[in-house]
Amino acid sequence: MDKSKKKHWEILSETSLFDLRLKEIIEYQDLLWLLVKRDFVSFYKQTVLGPLWFFLQPVFTVVMFSLIFGGVAGIPTDGIPKPLFYLAGVILWNYFSDCLIKTSTVFRDNASIFGKVYFPRLIMAFSIIFSNLIRFAVQFSLFVILMAYYYFTGGVFHITKYILLFPFLLILMACLGLGLGIIISALTIKYRDFAYLISFGVPLIMYSATVAYPLSAAPLKFFNIIKFNPLTSIIEAFRVGFLGAGSLSWNLLGYTTLLTLLILTIGVVIFNKVQKNFVDTV
Amino acid sequence: MGEINFAIKVENLSKLYQIGEFGSGSFNRDFEKWWAKKRGKEDPYSTIGDVNDRTVKGKSNFVWSLKDINFEIQEGDALGVLGRNGAGKSTLLKILTQVTSPTTGKVEGFGRIASLLEVGTGFHPELTGRENIYLNGAILGMKKAEIRNKFDEIVDFSGIERYIDTPVKRYSSGMYIRLAFAVAAHLESEILIIDEVLAVGDAEFQKKCIGKMNAATKSEGRTVIFVSHNIAAISALCNKGLHLKNGEMLNFGKINDIVTGYLNEGNKHIQSESWTGNEGDEHISIHNFSIKPLTPESGFNTTTDLEVKVSGEIHKNIIGLIMGFTLWSEHDHEIAYVLYDDHEEGIRNIEPQTFTKRFHIPGNQLSSGNYRIQLDVGIQFVKRIINNECDINFTLNNTVGIGRKFLAEGRGRTSIFRPEWALKTNLFDK
Repeated sequence: MDKSKKKHWEILSETSLFDLRLKEIIEYQDLLWLLVKRDFVSFYKQTVLGPLWFFLQPVFTVVMFSLIFGGVAGIPTDGIPKPLFYLAGVILWNYFSDCLIKTSTVFRDNASIFGKVYFPRLIMAFSIIFSNLIRFAVQFSLFVILMAYYYFTGGVFHITKYILLFPFLLILMACLGLGLGIIISALTIKYRDFAYLISFGVPLIMYSATVAYPLSAAPLKFFNIIKFNPLTSIIEAFRVGFLGAGSLSWNLLGYTTLLTLLILTIGVVIFNKVQKNFVDTV
Repeated sequence: MGEINFAIKVENLSKLYQIGEFGSGSFNRDFEKWWAKKRGKEDPYSTIGDVNDRTVKGKSNFVWSLKDINFEIQEGDALGVLGRNGAGKSTLLKILTQVTSPTTGKVEGFGRIASLLEVGTGFHPELTGRENIYLNGAILGMKKAEIRNKFDEIVDFSGIERYIDTPVKRYSSGMYIRLAFAVAAHLESEILIIDEVLAVGDAEFQKKCIGKMNAATKSEGRTVIFVSHNIAAISALCNKGLHLKNGEMLNFGKINDIVTGYLNEGNKHIQSESWTGNEGDEHISIHNFSIKPLTPESGFNTTTDLEVKVSGEIHKNIIGLIMGFTLWSEHDHEIAYVLYDDHEEGIRNIEPQTFTKRFHIPGNQLSSGNYRIQLDVGIQFVKRIINNECDINFTLNNTVGIGRKFLAEGRGRTSIFRPEWALKTNLFDK
C-alpha cells in the first residue's frame, strides 16, 4: 500500500487553545444527523400520544401564564390576544432553555460513550441544538395555527416586515443556548456545583426576560436588567415581526449578537480544552 | 517528508492520573498548577506522581498510569499488549484512540484507527438493529454511504437477519454482541485496536472473530493492536509484544520473548510465603511457618523444589508430639498430609528446646495453581494445639511446556498432579 495516501495523524500532550478541529466536525456530519434522528425517534417510542407531546407542554404553559400573569396579576399584553402573546414567548423560551439545559449535561449524559470512542464531542452538543429545532418547529406550527385562528376570528395583530429577522433570531438563540450550555457542561465536569446553578439560574433568566410580559409593562426598577437580558431583544423582535407589538431596538439586538458571539467562542474554546481529558475526571 | 517506515510511533508517552477525591481542594490545586505554568515552572504535582503499583499505598494523590513509553510498529504488524490489571494497557489504548490525551509525549501514525474497545458503544435500546448499525457505525467514524455499502455484509456476519428490525432491547446479550462486533469489524481502517472482545460470544462466534482478525493482519496487511488476557490468542495472532508493568514499559520485541517475560513476571517477585507470630500453648509455641523455592531466583514454579519450614520453641517435655502439615488444593482437595516423624519408629520424649524442622516438596509433582498449607501441631490423644492459625497460601506457575503454560490456566483445569510423562521427542516422531 502506498503510504503517502494514508492520512498522517498526531496525538500530542499540549495543543493550542484555539486548535478547535472544526474540520473534523464536518467529517462527522453524518453522525450529527443520525443522532438527531435517534433523539427524535426515541422520544416518542413507546408513548401513546407520540409527537403530540411536543404540543401539550406549551399549551399547558400558555394556559398557566394566561391565568397567572394575565388573570391574577392583570399584566397587559400590548393589545395582542393573550394566548398568542404568551405562546410567542413560550415557544422561544422553550427552545432556548431546552438547548441550555440539555447541553449543560452533555458530558455527564454521554460519559459512557465518550469514555470509549472518540468523535468530536461538540457533535453531541450540536445534535441537541438540532433535535430541539425539530421540537421548536412543531411548536412553531402550533403558533401559526393559533395566528390563523385569530386572523379569521378578528383578533388584533399584524405581521410586519421584521418577520424576515426570524431565521437570524433563531440562530442567535441557538448559539446563545449552546454557548452557555457548553460552558456550564465544561465546568460541571470538575465542579458539580455548577449543575445546581442551572436549576435556579434558568427560571431567573426566564423571569428577567420578556417571556410572560411585554417590555412596555416592565417595572422601572428592573428595567435595565430586563433590557440587557439578551433574550429580551430576541423575543421582542420576534413579537414585532409576527404580531406587530413590542419594542424592536437595533442597538439591543446588536448587543445581543456580540454577547452571543463572545459566549459561544468562550464556550467552544473551554469545551474543546476540557473534552481532551474529561474521561479521567468523571 | 523523509523516509517513513512506521505505522504507529509512540514517543515518551506518559499519563498522570489523579486518584481519590475531587473536593474543594482540587480548585486550589488547579490554581497552583496554572500559576506554576504561568511563570514557566514545572507542574508542582506532576513531579510527585507515584509509580502505579496498586499493592503499595502511594504517598501522593497522583499516579503515573503510563510512564515514558516508547515503541514503533510497522504496517502489518500485530502488537500484543501484555500486563496485569492496572499495568496501563487500557490507558495506552485510550490515548491511541484519543479518548483521553497524554500528559506528556506524543504519538503519530498513518491511517484511520478503528477500535473495538468496548463493542456496542452508543447502541440505543429503543432503536432497531438496522437503526443501530447506522448510528453505531457513524459513532465509530463511518460515513453513511460507507455503512450502506457494507450493510448486508454486516448483517450477514452478525447472523441476526431475522431480528434486524426489532429494537435491540429485545435482543439477547449474545445477539447484541454479535451485531456490535459485526459493525466494528467492518469498519474500514488501516489500524485496528482490540481490547478483550473475545471474552464474549459463543465458541463459534469467537472463531469467526479470530478469523476476521487474522485476515486483518495476514492478508489485508492491516496493523493491529491487541490487548487480552488470553495469552494463547495473543501468541497466535501477534508478531510483536509490549510488556507493561505498573505503567512502565518492561519490554518490547518479538511476541515469544515478551510472552515468556510476562509469564515469569509474577514469579520473580515472590521468593517465599510465610507466617510469623507466636501461637501455641504452655507446651510448644510456633514462631515461623514458611514455604520457599529452593532456588529463590526461579520463583514458585512447577519445576522447582520447594522447602517448607517450621520453627518455634518447646517449653515442656512432650510425649507424642504431632507436627506436620496438610497440603490443600484451591478446590479443597486434601492432597497430602506429612509429619515430622515420618522416618522414625517409636514415640519420643522431646525435651524443651528451640527447633527448626524442614520439609521438602520436589518439583514436577504439583500442577500450576493455588495451594494452601495448613500447619498441624498437637499432642497425641491429648490435644490439638495449632489447627488453622498458621495457614499460608502459595501459587505455582507453569513456565515450561507451551500448552500447559498457556492453556491450562483459566480453562477450569483442576488437575493437581503434574507429571513429566511426555517424552522429549518431536510430535510426529515415528
